[in-house]
Amino acid sequence: MTPALQAIGITKRFPGVLANDHVNFELERGQIHALLGENGAGKSTLMNILYGLYQPDAGEIRINGQTVTIASPHDAIARGIGMVHQHFMLVPPLTVAENIILGQELNVPATRPLGPLAVLHRREASRRIRELSHQYGLDVDPDAYVRDLPVGAQQRVEIVKALYRSADILILDEPTAVLTPQEADELFVIMRGLAQQGKSIVFITHKLREVFAVADRISVMRAGQMVGSLSPAEATREKLAEMMVGRKVILAIDKEWAHPAQPLLQVENLRVMDDRQHMSVDGVSFDVRAGEILGIAGVQGNGQTELAEALTGLRKAVAGRIHMAGHDMTHAHTRQMIEAGLAHVPEDRQKHGLVLSFSVRDNIVLCQYYQAPYARGVELQFPVIEDYAARLVHLFDVRTPGILTAVGSLSGGNQQKVIVARELTRLLSHHPEQDGVAPILIASQPTRGLDVGSIEFIHRQLVRARDQGAAVLLISAELDEIMTLSDRIAVMYKGHILATLDAATATREQLGLLMAGIVHGEDGADHNRSSIHP
Amino acid sequence: MNTTRFMWRSGWITIVVVVVGLFGAWVLLNAVIGGRCDAACVVGSLSQALRLATPIAFAALCGVICERAGVVDIGIEGKMLMSAMTCYAINLFGFQVLKDSMGAEAAGSLSRLLAVGLGMLSALLLAMLHAVVSIRFKVDQIISGTVINILAIGVTGYMYRSFLAENLPAGPGTFPILNIPFLANLPVIGPILFQQKPLTYVMLILMVAVHYVLFFTPWGLRTRAVGEHPRAADTLGINVFRTRYVNVWIGGLVAGLGGAWFTLEAVDVFNPLMTNGLGFIGLAAMIFGKWNPFGALAGALIFGLGSSVTSTVSIFRPDIPSQIPQMLPYILTIIVLTGVVGRAVPPAADGQPYEK
Repeated sequence: MTPALQAIGITKRFPGVLANDHVNFELERGQIHALLGENGAGKSTLMNILYGLYQPDAGEIRINGQTVTIASPHDAIARGIGMVHQHFMLVPPLTVAENIILGQELNVPATRPLGPLAVLHRREASRRIRELSHQYGLDVDPDAYVRDLPVGAQQRVEIVKALYRSADILILDEPTAVLTPQEADELFVIMRGLAQQGKSIVFITHKLREVFAVADRISVMRAGQMVGSLSPAEATREKLAEMMVGRKVILAIDKEWAHPAQPLLQVENLRVMDDRQHMSVDGVSFDVRAGEILGIAGVQGNGQTELAEALTGLRKAVAGRIHMAGHDMTHAHTRQMIEAGLAHVPEDRQKHGLVLSFSVRDNIVLCQYYQAPYARGVELQFPVIEDYAARLVHLFDVRTPGILTAVGSLSGGNQQKVIVARELTRLLSHHPEQDGVAPILIASQPTRGLDVGSIEFIHRQLVRARDQGAAVLLISAELDEIMTLSDRIAVMYKGHILATLDAATATREQLGLLMAGIVHGEDGADHNRSSIHP
Repeated sequence: MNTTRFMWRSGWITIVVVVVGLFGAWVLLNAVIGGRCDAACVVGSLSQALRLATPIAFAALCGVICERAGVVDIGIEGKMLMSAMTCYAINLFGFQVLKDSMGAEAAGSLSRLLAVGLGMLSALLLAMLHAVVSIRFKVDQIISGTVINILAIGVTGYMYRSFLAENLPAGPGTFPILNIPFLANLPVIGPILFQQKPLTYVMLILMVAVHYVLFFTPWGLRTRAVGEHPRAADTLGINVFRTRYVNVWIGGLVAGLGGAWFTLEAVDVFNPLMTNGLGFIGLAAMIFGKWNPFGALAGALIFGLGSSVTSTVSIFRPDIPSQIPQMLPYILTIIVLTGVVGRAVPPAADGQPYEK
């Protein structure tokens, strides 16, 4: 049988990078083919080539055995290729039906000669969408507005959008990144159903667990090359991880038991509004003690961003209290908080963590430039600053041509290392007993988009901060990260903390249910430690 | 279902607010001018309000068309000024050429129509410049719009000084009032709505047409998608650049109609800077109307009414310095822009050049 899709010898070069190096890829009809690889391995480049967003420098694409050129998404759609992008390509103020028919509109027959000015046939469009959603078991309401839908439903809209365009080959780019484990399982059921009805699916991911749950075939990419292709029966987690990274990987991080001491960060009944005046943190209370990591788990967009901003003085709290080492810091300015010992690894490192056009040196003293010894009077002490920056670059293994290189030209992993170097060095120069300073670290999504090597490094640094007596608040959407690093885990859902669990006993299933907002009364949760809000 | 019912209810609320507001304005006006605004004066004021709202509505409509596709256009003022100048010149000199061969009346009608067409074309040229600079070369759209405004002031000022300031032959004058048969004779509504000059009717028809195109046709759907999330539109094979170009061009033609109003409907003379900020007030009307054609029309009518009341006051109370009532439309603009009418959310990609 000819494969549904074949890519032969695909090569794509970007300035300075060989993103795809003679990549071969084969997708059988009705197959779910997982494409594994780290960020920057070339998976997205390959898929963007198949979807017509990029043109390959060399190589050949065959669909059902026929050689084709795919010059644009338009061509890809015409040849039955549909793509669900990692960042959804939906227009929030439009309805589900409008989003689905966009670009291939259905018109009232009598007005068709008017071309683009014909009358949209909304009723027929809704009917067709209901039919598709029924046929493939994808529950969507064509008349709902996309902006009102939860992410899981938006993803179903994306899939229906591809099916509406009669896609036979579906490319799903990191579809589980925004889902709870339960929602991911539902997606896998849908994927199985689609495959049974003859659709072929490429499933891009970097989560090993998901590959075993759903894939018929697994291909691994690394540094622009296809490393290998194997069946789930031949694969093990360790083997796949080694193929992805190119060396043996320690999947678990070694960490000692925590020795928590006095609470350094105390949050009481905090309420914070987002930009749309919606109460996105709605009465949250917790303590973080010196020498422990409190993980905040939750699907993105449940108030974590606003919580971190309120705790770092970037957003005003509407109500509630924030205490740092016993001092009320609810209405303090960011600089006062920093001087009181706060360190912050922000969620968006390029927007809020660094000034991209500044050098590594300038970014490293960004919080201290006005203090001795980095400044004397109004004058910056460049020799001192440069010594300091050079020392941190060495200690934190930042790969940069020099301390005067603009931070924006470094890789994501190295940018994050600059932030971690700046924040942790400042943090760990404080001692809780001295000068009333409280070493508190707020780390939001600290490893988002990083390669495995950098992730390992940053994880070790977070544990090191804990072991040296800092109170660490780790906010992450990656459940694995939360579970490996935290000593206690709080789950955030729609602005509330639903429960706080002991990390030693918490299970993935338990956390997944809480992330979906389901609170169980009678399961094995440690109720002495969980505070359940109504 | 719920949304329909809500829209009906909000429709009624709007009508009640408008009626109460108009009544309040009338009482206030009479308090200022000493009770001399009777029924005829009210009808006259409303009719004049619609007339004065016309150029503002054209400007607002141009804004809606461009910004729904994601291109901010603050060069409307310049386009209207250019078109006003072109219309005046074409009307005047076209008439001189035509009048000997076809008689004064026919020559007047033809030269006015010719003037409208070429005026729209002159605004289109500026719109094409704005489109190329801001879509293809991705220049900041505010800068590009400002450049268009300055360019138009320069060009029209030069043309005025060189050709249009003195020693002008007699021209054919502005469009006559066009009474709509039967409807013009209706009491109250007739004089307000159906005894206007042609561009006012064109404006009203265009409002309906743009609303229809924007919300009921594939082109409108694509335009809105491109203004909200161009990348999503791009992944569905929609040509983002083409959509934006065409919308900016059409916007330019509409702004050209607005410019024609000044010299073909309002007065039979061209003055430098005669658009007097109405292009910007049109943008305020667009924001007031939340980027919807009918909302923009409502905004334009409020400003039109403001100007109309201003002139009534200065007729009846010459002792009040005319500058004080003249501030009214601008004060209204500031109130509108500070968001008193509720926070207006522009299209998400408004003003952002699209990078493929």
